[in-house]
Amino acid sequence: MSAASDSAPRGPVLVVEDLAKTFTAPDGERTKVVDVPSFSLAEGEQVAVEGASGSGKTTFLHLIAGILEPDSGSILIDGEDMAALSEAGRDRLRARSIGYVFQSFHLLQGYSALENVLLGMHFGPGPDLGRARSLLEQVGLADRLDHRPRQLSVGQQQRVAVARAVANRPRLLLADEPTGNLDPSRAGEALELLRAVSAEAGSALLLVSHDRGILECFGRVESFEGLRRAGEVSP
Amino acid sequence: MRALFLIVRRSLRQHALSTAVTVASLALACGLVTAIFSIERQARGAFGGGSGSFDAVLGARGSQLQLVLNAVFHLETSPGNVPWSLYERVAADPRVAAAVPYAVGDSYRGHRIVGTVPDAFALSHGGEARFVGAGRLFDPGRREAVIGSAVARRTGLAYGAHFQPAHGVIEAGAHDHDEDFVVVGVLEPTNTPADRVVWIPIEAVFRMGGHVLRGGGEDYHADPSQPIPDEHKEVSAVLLQLKGGMMGASLFREINYQQKEATLAWPVARVMAELFDKLGWMHRVLTMVAYLVVAVATGSVTASLYNTMNERRREFAILRSLGARRRTVFAAIVCESSAIAFAGGLAGLVVHAAILAGASALVRERTGVVLEVFAAHPVLWLAPAGLVALGALAGVVPALKAYRTDVATHLAPTS
Repeated sequence: MSAASDSAPRGPVLVVEDLAKTFTAPDGERTKVVDVPSFSLAEGEQVAVEGASGSGKTTFLHLIAGILEPDSGSILIDGEDMAALSEAGRDRLRARSIGYVFQSFHLLQGYSALENVLLGMHFGPGPDLGRARSLLEQVGLADRLDHRPRQLSVGQQQRVAVARAVANRPRLLLADEPTGNLDPSRAGEALELLRAVSAEAGSALLLVSHDRGILECFGRVESFEGLRRAGEVSP
Repeated sequence: MRALFLIVRRSLRQHALSTAVTVASLALACGLVTAIFSIERQARGAFGGGSGSFDAVLGARGSQLQLVLNAVFHLETSPGNVPWSLYERVAADPRVAAAVPYAVGDSYRGHRIVGTVPDAFALSHGGEARFVGAGRLFDPGRREAVIGSAVARRTGLAYGAHFQPAHGVIEAGAHDHDEDFVVVGVLEPTNTPADRVVWIPIEAVFRMGGHVLRGGGEDYHADPSQPIPDEHKEVSAVLLQLKGGMMGASLFREINYQQKEATLAWPVARVMAELFDKLGWMHRVLTMVAYLVVAVATGSVTASLYNTMNERRREFAILRSLGARRRTVFAAIVCESSAIAFAGGLAGLVVHAAILAGASALVRERTGVVLEVFAAHPVLWLAPAGLVALGALAGVVPALKAYRTDVATHLAPTS
C-alpha cells in the first residue's frame, strides 16, 4: 500500500462556514469552544489539523460528523448542510458519507472484528460481507476476523477501527488522534495504513493530532488556533 | 432488521447469565399460568363428563356431591345405603332406561371393591368390557373379580390371581375377609376412575363375612346355604341412565322433594360443575398468584435491562456514531426484551409440560383421571404471546434511557 498524494483538489467535500459551538459549565460560565469562520476540504484531500489537548479539535470533528449540533454556522458535506438537518437526517448523512476513527477506537466489545466492520455497513448502504472481509484482509487481519477486540493487540484494534471507518466508502474520513494510543514505531505504520485505505476508498481525510511526527507526514497542516476567528480565546 | 438482530443477539450473549435467569423466571411464570388454566379445564371436563353414559345417581339421603364422588369417581365415603326394593322400583320406572346397583365397603390394597351386576360394564365401558389378554366378566354367582388396569399395575394382580378383600375402604389395619376371589379379567385402561376399581358380583358383597344387611330395617347376616331375601338386601348407590332430560327433571322432583327417602343426584355433570364453582375461589387465587409471578418476572426484565443501561451507554453512543438512529437503539432494546420474553414463553411450555406431567401423575394416582400434557387450550398460545407483548412493554423504560443517550458525552472527547 502506498499513501495517496496529500492534496488533489477536485471540488469541496467539506465546507465549513461561521461554525460556532459554546458550552456552558455547571457554574454558568459559557465557553466558546469552536468558532471557525471558514474551512474546506477538497475531494480526496488529506489534511491534518494540529492543536493542543483541550483546544476543541474533537468538538470540531463531532460538529462535522453531526454528533454535536452547532450553535450557528453551516457544515456542507457534498453540498448537504449537516447543521440544518434534523437529528435523524444527520444520522443518515453520517452513516452514508462520514467515517470516523476515534483515538480510543471505540470498537464494540461484544462483537467480532468482522461484525464491528459489518455493523457500520448496516446503517449505511447495507452489509457487504465480502467487502468487510476484504477490508480486514487489507489491513492485515485476515486471520483475526472472528476475534473480539479484547483478543486483539492495540495496533490490531486500531486497524479494525480503520476498516470500519472506510467500510461505507465515506466521502469524508475523520480521524481523532488515531495514533494517540500507539507507540511511536507503530504510529507511523498506522498512519500510512489510514492514509492508504482512505485514498483507496476515495475519501477525503481530516485528521486532528498534536503529534509532530504525524503532522509532518501531511502536505497541508492547519493549526486549529489558526482556524479560529481572530480575537477568540481558546478554552 | 438485520442490524437489530445482530445487536440483540450479541447483547443476549454478552449478558448470558442475567438473560438466563430472566428467561427462567419468565418460563416459570408462563408455565404456571398455562398449567393452571389447562389443569382447571381438563379437570372440569374429566370430572364433569366422567360419568360415562350415566345421567344420575340414586343413593342415601344426603349430599348429591358425595353420592357422585363416591359412585362415579370412587372417592369419598358412601353416604349410606338404600333398600334393594328402591333399586327395583327405580329400575322398573318407565323414565329409566337402565339402572346399575353398586355395593361398596371393601377394598384391596387401597383399591375400592365395588359389587355390581355384569350389565354395569356395558354401560360404564362404552358398550362392552375390553380385557388385556384373556379375560371375561365375572360370574354373578361366584367369587370372581374383574380388575381395572391401575389395580393390576399397582398390585401385581393378574388373570388367574387370587386375593382376599379387606373390610373398609383404604384404612390401614382393616382386617381381611376370609373369602378368596379369583381374577377372571383385567380391563384395558380407560383413563377414568374405573381403572382403580376391583369389580366383584354384588351378591358376593352381600355374602361377605361380617357384612350386615339392613335393607329390611333389621340386621341380617347372609346364610351361605340360603338365597338372600330381597327385602334384606341394600345397595350403596344406583347409577341411572334416563330416557331424556325431562324424565330426569321429573324423577329428580319426585325423589328429592316428594318421597324424601333417597337422594337423586342429577345431572351428574351439573353436580360436578357446582363443585368446581364452589372451588372457583381456589382457581382465582392460583391464577392471581400466577399473574403476580408474571408481573414480577416482567419486572425483572425491566430491572435486568435497566441495570445494564449505564454500562451500555458507550455501546449506544458508538452505534449512533456509526449512523444508528435513536429509534434504532430504542428498537434494539425493545426487541431484546421481547426476545427474552419469547424465550421465556417457549421455555414456559417446557415448565408447563413438567407441571402437567407431575399433576397428571398425581391426579391419575388419586382419581384415575388422566390429564393430557398438551391438551388444546387457547392459553397455550395466548400466554406466550401475551408474555412477548409484556416483554416488549418491559423494555420501554430501559429503551427510553438508551434513546436519550448523549453520543458526544459517551464518546469521551480527549482533546
